[in-house]
Amino acid sequence: MNELVITGRRFRLLSDRFKKFWFKFSRSSLSIIGLIISTTCVILAVLAPYIVPYPEHIEWYIDYDNALRPPNLEHILGTDQYGRDVFSRIIFGMRYSFTLVVVVLSIVIPTGIVLGVLAGYFKDTWFDYLIMRISDTFVAVPPLVMALAIAAVLKPSMINSMIAVSLTWWPWYARLTYSAVSSLKNEYYIIYSEVIGVSKLRVMFVEILPNCIGPILTKATLDVGWVILVGAALSFVGLGAQPPIPDLGTMVAEGAHLLPTTWWVSIFPALTITIIILGFNLLGDGLKDVFTEEKY
Amino acid sequence: MKSLIISNETIKFLLKRGGSIIFTLIGLSILIFILARILPGDPARMAAGWTAPDWVIEEMRRKLGLDQPLHIQYIRWLSDVLKGDLGFSIYTKRSVTVDVLQYLPKTLELIFVAELFSITGGILLGILAGAFPYRLPDNVVRVMSYIAISMPAFVWAIILQLMFARIIPLFPAGGQLSSHIVPPPRITGSIFIDSIISGRFDALIDCLWHTILPALSLSFGSMMQNARILRMGMTDIKGKDYMVLSDALGLPLRLKIYKYQFRPASIPAITAMGMSIGADLGNAFLVENVYNWPGFSRYGVTAMLNKDLNAIVAVVLVVGIVYAIANFIVDLIILSLDPRIRRMSRSV
Repeated sequence: MNELVITGRRFRLLSDRFKKFWFKFSRSSLSIIGLIISTTCVILAVLAPYIVPYPEHIEWYIDYDNALRPPNLEHILGTDQYGRDVFSRIIFGMRYSFTLVVVVLSIVIPTGIVLGVLAGYFKDTWFDYLIMRISDTFVAVPPLVMALAIAAVLKPSMINSMIAVSLTWWPWYARLTYSAVSSLKNEYYIIYSEVIGVSKLRVMFVEILPNCIGPILTKATLDVGWVILVGAALSFVGLGAQPPIPDLGTMVAEGAHLLPTTWWVSIFPALTITIIILGFNLLGDGLKDVFTEEKY
Repeated sequence: MKSLIISNETIKFLLKRGGSIIFTLIGLSILIFILARILPGDPARMAAGWTAPDWVIEEMRRKLGLDQPLHIQYIRWLSDVLKGDLGFSIYTKRSVTVDVLQYLPKTLELIFVAELFSITGGILLGILAGAFPYRLPDNVVRVMSYIAISMPAFVWAIILQLMFARIIPLFPAGGQLSSHIVPPPRITGSIFIDSIISGRFDALIDCLWHTILPALSLSFGSMMQNARILRMGMTDIKGKDYMVLSDALGLPLRLKIYKYQFRPASIPAITAMGMSIGADLGNAFLVENVYNWPGFSRYGVTAMLNKDLNAIVAVVLVVGIVYAIANFIVDLIILSLDPRIRRMSRSV
């Protein structure tokens, strides 16, 4: 009975917090637009095989009779030089982009957080210097150049572009967590919990880490767009996913040769990249506003 | 610049920054060396060609010093780099140093023009939005900035090329000089500077004409980013007590905006401009490809597609050096603008 009451209370507490969060978040119409765009993109990408009109057009498919048709009722965004439906390929391209994002972020965020928390907690020790100097090294070159170089040394493929982007991305999370942790480290509640003998791991990951989650979540949301951008850029120059795979960057690059007469082959995938980034930027900015407000 | 007082503290601060840059560059060189050597792919086989017989590869390995332990290879490589020898490019069949000297100035002039656009545009739009927050100019700038920031530079490049070079042929679609113009004699490698030195103003104008579209595509994102940061700083300041006071005193609008709002708000914007040079360096890799710009980034992409290891390593290293120098210059500018940082460096 007692447990039920506590669970109920917890639920109420959580739902109150959510309501407060939602109230602040929904005050800005831009954030709502961002939420709508980004969820639509994710849903389309997840349900891609069930909603695209021509699922057989995704990889190798040739139908020269229908090649380079401008947008019409049958092919709402037209067809490319092999007669493949551009709309279907874009939706599948989003699927690949989001796969890239999920893989990269689920490698990068935990790695970055763990290294950042450890380095921040053991500030001014050899571990801190080692981790932070290594991350400085990765950050010394713009991420796009670094990712291109790593992808070039490996063989161009989907998996290797994931590796390349992950290798360039972890330092940003490590640095973000590091700065948050090293500023929280001297708060009284941390010192108290150390004094009463709470284990170091618990202090780091249970007492300190939850307080840094806001900025990390914001950055993760904004990064969805940027990771898609870097992935598309890699395949745009030919160092990412290779042609039969409907990657958005590859599609833009292939279509760029056909400009200006058959503009729809490259402009629509390019706009799709823009819309995804726009959606997640708006969403991330909305989250940032909510989290920075809560701080003060 | 009169506010840049060269005190002991300033010098100490600068030395510290310089030291950390050198440290980072050494780290970067180790990193790319490891990348080039440890990751899959045999440089000797790449240098010799895929069809070469085994004894040629062995010979090549000895010639390139690849049979030595890794740290000796690194020290040899680093001493070569410090002597200005970046190795031999498999693709262009020339010394990489020669390639870098040929291509780098062309990219630097592109980025210079792009930064010029993004800084002037960013400052103008930022002041416009920051001086009249939540009114029409601010809202227009905000919507524009979301779109401009979200649109990747290579998408800008393709769209601008389509619109203003192909559909409305106002600008050339690619290259750096028209084919009927004889390039100016090579002095520095930068067509701007060379044509000014040799007095070839037809080449200068033609080159500028070719620069506008790629530079614009590079600059839009960072321009609106600068505008946004400037606007944010300026509106934050608008709520401060001294702004209320200056309103009450009836100070002229220009003085209020320029001296009290813009100057303090410009410091985070300048930091962002430094970062945007990095973004430009990265995006140039794609934009140069779209516009067929004969620059360093296109050279880099070609090297990457051909697995030209020495060239890839050189490209990353040079980009790192350019980026570090750019950030150092930004630090200098901020140091001269913000007395607080000068004072802070005293305590550090």
